[in-house]
Amino acid sequence: MTPPEQLLYARWLDWATRAGLALLVASFAAYALGLAAPFVPFEELARAWSLPVDRYRAAVGAPAGWGWLALLRHGDYMNFAGIALLALASLACTLRVLPALLVRGERALALIGLLQAAVLALAAAGVFGGAH
Amino acid sequence: MSRIALALLALACAAPAAAADAAAAPWWAWPAALFAVSFAIGIVGVLAGVGGGVLFVPLVSGFFPFHLDFVRAAGLLLALSGALSAAPGLLRSGLASMRLAMPLALVGSITSVAGAMLGLALPTQTVQTALGAAILAIALLLWRARKSEHPEVPAPDALAAALRLHGVFHDPAAARDVHWRVHRTPSGLAAFAGIGLLAGLFGLGAGWANVPVLNLLMGAPLKLAVGTSGFVLSVVDTAAAWVYVNRGAVLPILVAPSVIGVMLGAKIGGRLLRVTRAAVVRRVVIVLLLAAGARALLKGLGLWH
Repeated sequence: MTPPEQLLYARWLDWATRAGLALLVASFAAYALGLAAPFVPFEELARAWSLPVDRYRAAVGAPAGWGWLALLRHGDYMNFAGIALLALASLACTLRVLPALLVRGERALALIGLLQAAVLALAAAGVFGGAH
Repeated sequence: MSRIALALLALACAAPAAAADAAAAPWWAWPAALFAVSFAIGIVGVLAGVGGGVLFVPLVSGFFPFHLDFVRAAGLLLALSGALSAAPGLLRSGLASMRLAMPLALVGSITSVAGAMLGLALPTQTVQTALGAAILAIALLLWRARKSEHPEVPAPDALAAALRLHGVFHDPAAARDVHWRVHRTPSGLAAFAGIGLLAGLFGLGAGWANVPVLNLLMGAPLKLAVGTSGFVLSVVDTAAAWVYVNRGAVLPILVAPSVIGVMLGAKIGGRLLRVTRAAVVRRVVIVLLLAAGARALLKGLGLWH
């Protein structure tokens, strides 16, 4: 009764979400327990977290966009791996079901899926409202 | 049970405020307090059927020291994590319809990006004031909201017919297959455009609005509306979340304990659902929203710092 492309989407989403959450929990444990030194020390962070985001970034030298990739060895930025995986899950699943929709002759849904993937990819790439 | 949930939430909110007065709280007190508040939000959110984001943003922005930019980003990621966790099961069981969700999610994700950009461009006090007004309106909506188990849909509209927005799902509680179709699709798309804008602007999960639009406006059966709402949320919040991530508005020390706390709380809430009077908890949540909304409004207007 459930369409095959919906089951396919569910399977991929399940794996991506489990992996993302596991990564987030593990990296936060490493961060909070001091197993990996943070890029922004806790005391400095506590002085800056009440600032608007642009002033915060300037105050602590935090990167914008995908700049966090270069800082993955630090305890705080390690957490971005899990967050990014969670935020990429819908894009990956949408792209995965597009061929299945076309095979079933669902051209209108495939077009909507393609547009959805484009919106998510552009958002992830930082095209909309990235840092100044 | 609702008293326990309310007391837990009040205690967790009071603790950091008290610590702020002392101005000497160690850094770890904040993630610990966030975890406690988020855990309580996870419990009462499930019991009241409102999700976590709509409670998280006004409470944490009102009573914690983090800037509203970071709280909105965390609210989106928190709602996103919950929606992503629930979506696979809902999709497999057929209680969420990908076919119904896809056009709504496309419109909602475009406007949620616009909302996020707008929120980051506007002065903080303007966003804070608008957040307060929005939360008070949501509390009113929850108070007045009605539901229809199986709404009457005489005929699908032209767009619903063209996109074949109909199907069948198995309702295990009623032990029968339920055939569904929708109408007023253009109005539904317009409503989801507005919902997406609010979700991106304020970092709120949008289950409080998705379900009434799907159920009462478009005529989807209630169970399908609830399931599909969660799936739509997982896409709409993703698009807006990327705007905040790329702007650098994600603080792991705020996001991680909140996500973990809400998800653990939601599991407990799911177990308590069988032994708790959900209607009572719902009233408690409405009172909490009124208090948090008033706090956000007064803070935005500069009347209560």
